[in-house]
Amino acid sequence: MMEEIVYQRSKYLRPMLTYYCAGCQHGIVSKILVELAEEMNIVNNLAICYGIGCYVAGTMNLDLDMFPALHGRACAVATGFKRMRPNQLVITYQGDGDCASIGLGDTLQAAARGENFTTIMVNNQNYGCTGGQLAPTTPIGMVTNTSPYGRSVEAQGYPIRMAELVANLDGCRYAARGALTTPAQIRQAKKYVRRALELQQQGHGYTFVELLSACPSTYKVPFDKVKAFQEEHVYPVFPTGVFKEE
Amino acid sequence: MGRIVVDRSVCKGCGYCIQFCPKHVLHMGEQRNTSGYGNHCPDMLEGTECVACATCAIVCPDSAITVYR
Repeated sequence: MMEEIVYQRSKYLRPMLTYYCAGCQHGIVSKILVELAEEMNIVNNLAICYGIGCYVAGTMNLDLDMFPALHGRACAVATGFKRMRPNQLVITYQGDGDCASIGLGDTLQAAARGENFTTIMVNNQNYGCTGGQLAPTTPIGMVTNTSPYGRSVEAQGYPIRMAELVANLDGCRYAARGALTTPAQIRQAKKYVRRALELQQQGHGYTFVELLSACPSTYKVPFDKVKAFQEEHVYPVFPTGVFKEE
Repeated sequence: MGRIVVDRSVCKGCGYCIQFCPKHVLHMGEQRNTSGYGNHCPDMLEGTECVACATCAIVCPDSAITVYR
């Protein structure tokens, strides 16, 4: 009896060891992107603009058209690109340090202008690239290298919920937040990204998808405790779902 | 009956596939990563039946798993 292949690595993922830590879920975002590019048949019509973060080394792994921006300026660079080439699908691939911290102004202004591209923000609740410091998206009480007693309201304030923040702006047409830990969450996250790209193809305006990623290196938990850690610390602060679709 | 093949040159041994396998088919095997990472890689347990649902491949961050039926 012949064996059939049920699932295999996409040909747009280069056969190499990624530069991510073990257990980092950025690799799942890469996988979602290449699978959607293949399924929607947009490989030759897709440009990905990425900021600065852990994923910069990881982008070597992707066999798609990509170009870098300065730290936090991916939305500004993508605006220029999209206005010059309106028929090209544009994604900005950013982390939470890039999108919600240094690039908060660029992100919100692009959303307010209603630029017709998609932002994928991978939220791992810390600055993973520089060694796990406190980020604007760190939940209250979570321990990072610069908040060793846990984030406190008095010292560091409250976390920013980007999907809800962007959804408040009129130029934004779609805002959703997915997670990447369990198989069901990954399938749902893929649907969110697909919907955002479909709306961009129809020319609706700014679309924003936030994906909650785990960072076991900063959580300092073993891999089998990641799900429990996220259920305790992350999901109560960052509910998943679609916040705006019009 | 299904079967999985783990690409040991890219697997980093995070074990998400073992954790989320609905049939508990996988365990951490004896063989190690071949790219110098040094971790153990998952392997199929004997006497279990894989149903080729591809859950392990979907949760694998390094896309190391190929699923056959």
